[in-house]
Amino acid sequence: MKALYSLFIVFLALTPWLRAQAADTSASRVARGRALATAGDCVACHTADKGKPFAGGRPIETPFGVIYSPNITPDRDTGIGGWSDEQFYRAMHEGVGPSGRHLYPAFPYPYFTKATHDDVSAIRAYLDTLEPVKNARKEPKLTWPLNWRYLLHGWNWLYFDEGTFKANAQKSPEWNRGAYLVQGLGHCGACHTQRNFVGGEKTSQALEGGLLQGWFAPNLTNDKRAGIGAWSTDDIVDYLKTGRNSHSGATGLMAEVVTDSTSKLAPSDLHAIATYLKDQPGHPQDVSPLQGSPTLAAGRAIYRDSCSACHQYDGKGVPQLFSPLVGSALLQSRDHTTAIRVVLEGARTAPTDARPTTSAMPAYGWKLSDAEVAAVLTYAGNSWGNATPEVTAGDVKTVRDRLQVEHDH
Amino acid sequence: MAKKLPAVDVVLVGFGWTGAMIGEELTAAGLRTVALERGGWRDTSTDFAVTFAQDELRYMWRGHLFQEPAHQTLSFRNDSNQTALPLRHLGSFLPASGVGGAGVHWNGQTWRFLPTDFVMRSHNEQRYGAAALPQDMTVQDWGVTYDELEPFYDKFEYLCGIAGKAGNLKGVKQDGGNPFEGPRARDFPNPPLEMAYGPTLFGQAARDTGHAPFPCPAANMSRAYTNPLGVMLAPCTYCGFCEKFGCGNNSKSSPQTTILPVLMRRDNFELRTESEVVRINMDSTGKRATGVTYVDTQGNEYEQPAEMVFLCAYILHNVHLLLLSGIGTPYDPRTGQGVVGRNYAYQVVSSVDVFLGDKILNPFVGAGALGVGIDDYNGDNFDHTGLGFIGGGYLACWNTNGRPIEYHPVPKGTPKWGSKFKKAMAENYLTTATISTHGAVMANRGNFLDLDPTYRDARGRPLLRMTFDFHDNEHRMSDYLTDRAVDIAKAMKPRSINAKKRTGHYSVVPYQTTHNTGGAAMGSDPKTSFVNKYGQSWDVPNLFVMGSAVFPQNAGYNPTGTIGALTYFALDAIKKQYLKSPGPLVQL
Amino acid sequence: MPDTLRRRTVLLTGASLLAVYAGTRSYARTITGGIPWMPGPGDAPTDTGALKFFTSDEAAFIDAAVARLIPADDFGPGAKEAGVTTFLDRQLAGPYGHAETWYMGGPWHDGTKSQGYQSRLTPAALYRTAIKAIDDHCRQAFGGKSFSTLSPDQQDSVLTDLEKGKFKIEGIGPHAVEIEGAKEDSFFSVLMQNTIEGFFSDPMYGGNRDMIGWKLIGFPGAHYDYRPYIGQHGKKLPIEPVGLRGRPGWTPHQS
Repeated sequence: MKALYSLFIVFLALTPWLRAQAADTSASRVARGRALATAGDCVACHTADKGKPFAGGRPIETPFGVIYSPNITPDRDTGIGGWSDEQFYRAMHEGVGPSGRHLYPAFPYPYFTKATHDDVSAIRAYLDTLEPVKNARKEPKLTWPLNWRYLLHGWNWLYFDEGTFKANAQKSPEWNRGAYLVQGLGHCGACHTQRNFVGGEKTSQALEGGLLQGWFAPNLTNDKRAGIGAWSTDDIVDYLKTGRNSHSGATGLMAEVVTDSTSKLAPSDLHAIATYLKDQPGHPQDVSPLQGSPTLAAGRAIYRDSCSACHQYDGKGVPQLFSPLVGSALLQSRDHTTAIRVVLEGARTAPTDARPTTSAMPAYGWKLSDAEVAAVLTYAGNSWGNATPEVTAGDVKTVRDRLQVEHDH
Repeated sequence: MAKKLPAVDVVLVGFGWTGAMIGEELTAAGLRTVALERGGWRDTSTDFAVTFAQDELRYMWRGHLFQEPAHQTLSFRNDSNQTALPLRHLGSFLPASGVGGAGVHWNGQTWRFLPTDFVMRSHNEQRYGAAALPQDMTVQDWGVTYDELEPFYDKFEYLCGIAGKAGNLKGVKQDGGNPFEGPRARDFPNPPLEMAYGPTLFGQAARDTGHAPFPCPAANMSRAYTNPLGVMLAPCTYCGFCEKFGCGNNSKSSPQTTILPVLMRRDNFELRTESEVVRINMDSTGKRATGVTYVDTQGNEYEQPAEMVFLCAYILHNVHLLLLSGIGTPYDPRTGQGVVGRNYAYQVVSSVDVFLGDKILNPFVGAGALGVGIDDYNGDNFDHTGLGFIGGGYLACWNTNGRPIEYHPVPKGTPKWGSKFKKAMAENYLTTATISTHGAVMANRGNFLDLDPTYRDARGRPLLRMTFDFHDNEHRMSDYLTDRAVDIAKAMKPRSINAKKRTGHYSVVPYQTTHNTGGAAMGSDPKTSFVNKYGQSWDVPNLFVMGSAVFPQNAGYNPTGTIGALTYFALDAIKKQYLKSPGPLVQL
Repeated sequence: MPDTLRRRTVLLTGASLLAVYAGTRSYARTITGGIPWMPGPGDAPTDTGALKFFTSDEAAFIDAAVARLIPADDFGPGAKEAGVTTFLDRQLAGPYGHAETWYMGGPWHDGTKSQGYQSRLTPAALYRTAIKAIDDHCRQAFGGKSFSTLSPDQQDSVLTDLEKGKFKIEGIGPHAVEIEGAKEDSFFSVLMQNTIEGFFSDPMYGGNRDMIGWKLIGFPGAHYDYRPYIGQHGKKLPIEPVGLRGRPGWTPHQS
C-alpha cells in the first residue's frame, strides 16, 4: 500500500513534466513541420492572395493549360481539414487524393514521394495549425484530352518512380541530407530539369536546366560555363540564404523561392544542398567562343554604350550588386530564354534582410530591337572567356512575343 | 468630411532626405511611423534607369522630376513695394516632387559649415565690431555649435559614402585637404574621385597664386561602398548627368540608394504616396499638434493623428504649411515681429568662363561633385577689414555639366546667334573651364516669406509669397569672390576669360541653385526663432521642422551636409531624451 | 516598338501595394513591406511620333528663322538640317506647347524683369501669334513678302530687330525666358532657347538629326560610362556619339 501510495505521489509529481513532454513534442513537431514546409515552399504555389496564405487558387501555368492550386488550410469544407493523416501522406507519396483520383503532377508528388512518413506527418501537423480559410477549389483549364485524369495512370507508369528516399551509403550524411532535400521536398528538378513534351522529367539530364513558365531555370550541375562549376559551396549557401553571391543574384521565379523558402532554411541544410549539388558532374558541352563577326562588333558597341555603366567594360560588374558577366551561367546556358527575358523586361534580385539593396536591372525591350538584343547577348556571351552559341533575333522574338502574351492577361 | 485614420506614433510630412533618415531611426526605435509624400514612388531602375536617364530635354528643360508650378508654386517680388507675381515656370530653383525629393536630383556636393558660420553674429561683431553688421541685416547665432554637430556630420557622411580628403583631423592639418574646415574625428569614408583635367588645371593655378586647393567632397561614389545600414552603392561612372537627373547606377547618394532598401522592409513603417498634407492639426490649447490632414489625388481628405509631427518637406512647403495652419506668429517686416517666414535666404553665385583654347577638357566626363575647390574666401577664413561685407563662399572648378543645351560657352562679345555664334560653340565647347563662386546670403529684414493676398494654388489656398533681393553684403561679397576667381583664371593662362558677375536685382529666371533657406529659423531666443537647436518648435514641443527652413541665414556652402547633421543631431536627442520624457528639449 | 510592352504588369515581389496604376497618374498608394518593383519599361520616354502643330506657312517661317540662328556653313549643317522645325512641331503639339506644367492663373501683370514670364500665352499660342505678327510686319516692310521668302540678309535684319525689341508683338509682354544677353522681346528669347533645344536634344525628339548638333561641338551624347577616359587629360576621346535609341555602330556593318 505504501509503495503504491509512493508511486502515486511520484506519478503526481511527474505528471506536469509528462504533460509538458507531450506538449513539447507537439510544439516541436509543428516547428519541424513548418521548417519542412518551408523547404518544400508549399506557400508559393498554394497562395494566390498574400493575405490568405495556403488557401490555394493560384493559377499554375503548365504547357497543357492552367491548374489552380488547392486550399491546404484546415478548412473542413474547402481545405484539407477533413483529410486523415493517411490521406495526406498518400497525396504526398503517391499523388492520389482522398477520393482516389490522381493529382496532376503540377503538384510535384514525384519529388515529395521521397519524403519520409514522419516528415510528411510533421508537415501535416504544421498545416493543421494554420488559420482555416474558405476558398473552394477551382477546376483546372486543360486542353482536351489532357483534362482526362485517367491518362495520369499512364503518365505515372512512365515517369513516376514512387518511393521514399534511400540514402547512398558511399556518401557522407551531409551529402545524403542534401540529396534528400534536393530530390525530395526541395523539388529543384521541377524547374531545373528539362521535361519532354508530356511533361515527364528527362532523368538523364537531371538538374541541367529546364524551361518553365517563360523562364529557363539554369543548370545546377558542376558545368563550369552553364552551371555552378565555378561556385564554391559557400557561394551556393550565400545565394540561397541572401539571394545573391559574388557571381549572380536570384531573380524571376527563383527570387520567390529565396524569399519564401531557402533564406529561411537552417545553415546546415543549405550546406548539405550545396555539398550534394557540387557532386553532380552534369554533361559539360565543349564550346568555343565565337569570334570576328559583324554581329559581335555591333554587340560590342551596344554593350559599351548600354551595359557597361553597371556591368563594366570588362564584364566584372560590381559583385553583390551588379552581377559579373564573366563566367555568367545565364549568358552561357544552352537555352538563352532567361538572359533574353532579363534584357527585355528587366529583373530584380530578391532583397533579403542580409542583403537589402534592391539590385534591379532596367528593361531594354522598349529601346533595343530583336537584332540588337541578340547581338549584345551574343557579344557578352562570347567575351572575357565566355562561350555560347549565337543568340538570334528569332530567339529574342519568341521571348518578346511570349511576354506580350503574359502582359495581356 | 475628413476620414479619421488610426493614430500612429510618428507622421512624416514629405519623404525626401530628412523623412527617410527620421523614418529609419524612429522605426528602429520601435515607433509606428507613417510617411506622407505628395508625389509618386520613384526608384532607380524604373524612374531614372541607365536606359533613359541621360535626357537633358526631358529632365532639365521639361522638369520631369521637378515640382510642377501648375500644381504648386509661389509668388515672388524683390521688395515689399512691389506686387508679387507667380513663378509660372521653374527657373532660379528646382524643387522636386516624389519619393526622395531633391535628394534624387542633387549634384552631391556635400559640405560642412565652418565653426564660425554657427556664430555668425557674435563672431563677426567680436572681430569687426557691431557696425560691421548693418541695421537691416538680421543674422543671428544658431544656438548650436560645430563641435556639437561634428559627430553627426560624420554620421551623415558615412551614411552617404562621401568621397573626399580630410583637411583637419582632430586639429591637425592634413595635406591635400581643406585646411579651413572644422576639425573632424576621422577621414571621409571614401577616397576622392579621380580628377578631371579642367579642375586639375584650376588646382595648379590656385596653388601657384597662394591658395590651398583640395578635391571637393562628393556624394558620388569613388568605389563600391556598403554603408552602416548595410546598403550598397556602386562606383560612379562619370556620366555627366548628375544635377537635375536621377542616377541610373546606384552611385549617387540619395534616400533610394542609402536608406530605403532597409526602411521599406520594416513592418512598423508605411509610406503613402500621392498624399499631400494640407494642414497641421492642433489641439484647442494651440500647444500640441494632433496630427495632419492630407488629400489624395481623388480629392478625398484624411486625418492622420500622430504623437509626433515632423515637417520633412522642402523648406518652401514646410513654411507654407506653418502659415496655412496658423502656427506661430507670421513675420511682419514693418514691425520686425513674428518668426514664421522670417530670415529667408538663398545663395549668391557667379562664374568665370576660362577659354583655354588649346587644351581638351572633356566637360561631359563629369560627376555632380567632381571638382577642385578653395575655401580661402569662405566664412571668416580671411580678413574682411575694409571690404564692406561679412561672410564669403568657396570657389570651385567643377567638371559636372557638359550637357549642351545648358552649356555651350562662347567668349565675351560673341554674337548670340548666326555663323559666328555657331563657330564659337564648336571651337570652345571642349576647351573651356568654368570657375564658380558660391557665396553666402545674409538674413535681411526685408527678405521673408508670407502668404500671397491674390494668387491661389490648385487647391484654392494662398500661394506662398517670397520677398527677396540681394543686398549690399551679397553684391560686395560676390564681386569680391568673382575678382578672386579672375585672378586664378588668369593664372591658368587662357586665351580669354568672361567674368559673369551677379549684378542687379535677384531674378527668378536663370537657374542659380536650389538652396532656399529660412522661414522657421533656429536660435536660442523664441522671439527671433521658431525652433530650438533640435528643430523642435518652441511653442509646440511635438512639432519638429527639418531641412533648411531652420537656417537663420545661409552660409557659403551647399546645405545638404548640414541638413543631414542637424537631422541626426535632433534624432539623437529625441531618442535619448524626448521618447523617454516628451516635452521641450531645451529649457529656457 | 510594340506598345503593349510598355504596359506595366501589376506583379510585385515582397511589397504590398494597394491601388492600381492608372496610366502614369495614380491615386494615393500605400507601400509597405519592401521596395515595390515590377518588370517592364517603367518611366521610359515614349515616342512622340508624328504630332502636328505648324501649318505649312508656319513651318516655312521656322525653317527660315532657325536657318539663320544656327546656319549651315563651313562648319557643317545647321539647325534646319538638324530638324529643329520637326522638333518644335512636336513640342508645341505636346504638353510643353500648352504649358501643361506652368502656372497659368491670373491676374496678369507685366511685372519686372526679375519676375520672369508673365504672358498669358502658352508657348503654342506664343508661336502662332508671333509668327503671324512677324510675317505681317515683313509683308508691310518688304513689299508683300513673308519672312521665309526674304533674302538671308533681310531675314537677319528682322531677327536682329526682334532680338533688340525694336518691334513689339501684340499680346506678349516685354520680359521673358531669359537667356544670357537676350534683350527685351520675349518671342525671340523663346525661339532661341527652343532652337538650341532642338539642335542639342536627343534625336528621339525629332531634332539633332544624325546627331548634327552633338558632332558640331564634340558631345558624345547618351553615354553613361566614361571611367576609362577620366584620366586622359587633354585627349580627344575616340567615341562615336550615341542617342537613347542608339547609333549606326549598333547595326552590323554600319560603324
